[in-house]
Amino acid sequence: MNNPKGRPAAAGANAEAAVVPSQSPGGAAAPKSLSAYVAKFRELGLLAFIVLLSVGVQLRNPSFLSWENINDIATNTAILSILAVGMMLVIVTRGIDLSIGATLALSGMIAALTVKQYPGMSPLVALLIGIGIGIVCGAVLGFLVSKVNILPIIATLGMMNVYRGLTYEASGGKWVSAHQMPDSFKSIATGKILGINNLIVIAIVIYVAAYYFVSHTRTGRRVYAVGSNPESAEISGIRSGRILWLVYTAMGGLAGLAGVLWVSKFASAQGDTASGYELSVIAACVLGGVSIAGGTGKISGIVLGSVLLGILNNALPMINVSPFWQNWIQGMIILVAVVINALVKRGIDRSNLMRRRI
Amino acid sequence: MESRMIADRREFSVRGFFLQWEWMLVLLFVAVNVLNVNLSEFYWDFDNLRDATMSFLDKAFIVLPMVFVIILGDIDISVGSIVALSSVLMADLYNHGVPMPLAMVICLASGTLCGLINGLLIVKFKELSSVIVTLSTMIIYRGIAYILLKDQAAGKFPDWFNFLGWDYVAGIPFILIAFVAFAVAFGYLLHKTTFGRRVYAIGSNATAARFSGVRVDRIKIVVFTLAGLMSAVTALFLTSRMGSTRPNIATGYELDVIAMVVLGGISTAGGKGRMIGAILAVFLIGYLRYGLGLVNVSAQTMLIIIGLLLIVAVAIPKLKRSRAKRRA
Repeated sequence: MNNPKGRPAAAGANAEAAVVPSQSPGGAAAPKSLSAYVAKFRELGLLAFIVLLSVGVQLRNPSFLSWENINDIATNTAILSILAVGMMLVIVTRGIDLSIGATLALSGMIAALTVKQYPGMSPLVALLIGIGIGIVCGAVLGFLVSKVNILPIIATLGMMNVYRGLTYEASGGKWVSAHQMPDSFKSIATGKILGINNLIVIAIVIYVAAYYFVSHTRTGRRVYAVGSNPESAEISGIRSGRILWLVYTAMGGLAGLAGVLWVSKFASAQGDTASGYELSVIAACVLGGVSIAGGTGKISGIVLGSVLLGILNNALPMINVSPFWQNWIQGMIILVAVVINALVKRGIDRSNLMRRRI
Repeated sequence: MESRMIADRREFSVRGFFLQWEWMLVLLFVAVNVLNVNLSEFYWDFDNLRDATMSFLDKAFIVLPMVFVIILGDIDISVGSIVALSSVLMADLYNHGVPMPLAMVICLASGTLCGLINGLLIVKFKELSSVIVTLSTMIIYRGIAYILLKDQAAGKFPDWFNFLGWDYVAGIPFILIAFVAFAVAFGYLLHKTTFGRRVYAIGSNATAARFSGVRVDRIKIVVFTLAGLMSAVTALFLTSRMGSTRPNIATGYELDVIAMVVLGGISTAGGKGRMIGAILAVFLIGYLRYGLGLVNVSAQTMLIIIGLLLIVAVAIPKLKRSRAKRRA
């Protein structure tokens, strides 16, 4: 994890162990700074914060931890965290994707228009249509970023407008509302597998798949290699262009999936669906410890980050915080989280430097 | 590799002179006008063309400092939110009995303060890119606007304020005069002062600039503060033209502004570009929108056109460069 910039993760850890033989690998036994401690237990800290927050809210409003409300939080968090998985991959490669809200809206809208036209269609086909459109949107972005070399923020800012505009064009500015959607389509989000809501099942499948991908496949490790040092990745024979393309396409596919789930859950497809949602997704990643400088990020972290945001969004209205404060609170949380990330990284760099034997 | 030298006085050659990006913009500008004249018979009318500037020049004030920000190699996506915050703050104070001139001063001050905060955060936490800092302040600043005004609109400004965005001085819209004055000042600052040269130096190579004695941090803070100040200037003109304000005012301005700067030939890699390009791009996009609006092209289609224009504007120089590299 938090190696000084410019060293691939694995090599960094080995080098450290070699230079400091008196300590166990990773230096777990040595006395170390508070910040290094925080970094090691980031997930634990997040979890503790979530528990504290829940207990606090529960004391103010006893209906918070009711089964219904927990289910509500979980289904809301499911969509957010599916997007966060894709966003993590993008941010790990030092990129950012601001277009996902628009991609989500576009694929959700087209899936909704299709089921409106053909109500007898299997919901699985609707899901595939959404994912397909998302993949196309993502592949276009991947092309712009990897082949044309446009900065991710500029490319995604531009395409965000294009996709959002296309959403309005596709629908003619109209909404597709609940009564125009067949029940089979709405049941994507309300149905259950083994007594667990579909959304949660889908989200968990995606966590597991993503975990396997990033930690146990060669391509997954290459994503991190490209993020922690693009030049040395290129020299090591990794085709970073392809990795970037893959990452943005995966992000698009997940956004497409999330689009269908969103439209099915809220039973309404609108031109402005999920506008600005990309900020929440980035917030979930940053809270979960994904470093915006690239090369760092864990699935467990972003899941916790998403859960924390989901709980906050649900809890604030329950303890009578005005909805108009929510923007501000969310922004402050992102800012504080990234500042803490930065301070922690400084502390780690410093303690690594101190432990060097000269 | 392309040269990373900051262009000093280039040797003049006729061919090089006409191959500049700015000429491309002039050609595009002519093309847009020809297109518009053919689309609508109402386009080619002096009064209309003059008054159209009132409707698109408000965000152009932010383009000027954004040129500096992007030449530095940074980006500021919080400008739209700063417009909202300072506009809402001004309206709220005025409605609570603060005299209008004072409220306007506070509007400018609050914008400046927002920009200063951006600058300080970016300089103090170098690990954070300007993308993530301004992304979070973008949410925070608009969040404060919502806290102040909830989902209400505020207005009922004095008449003289409402004329700020509509008035003429000697037959020329006041906003056009103000823009030209600011544009000349910012152009002078960028191209004729050591400050401007240092901005280019930082954008080309921040480390080298630091070792050459350029105070990188201080210059970055000043540039981001200027972006905040000019966002507040936009807030004044925009609020005056609208006659009232809401917390969701100026949503998406950052995109329009960045699109204009990038279309103006200012490289997102930093260190390259000229003020005149961005100013040409302002009028290019402004008249394109105005002309398309005359023939009832919807706001949504305009979204697509501006988005594609941004992508194409960034892509063309990159493709040209990669072709040149392949040939070499």
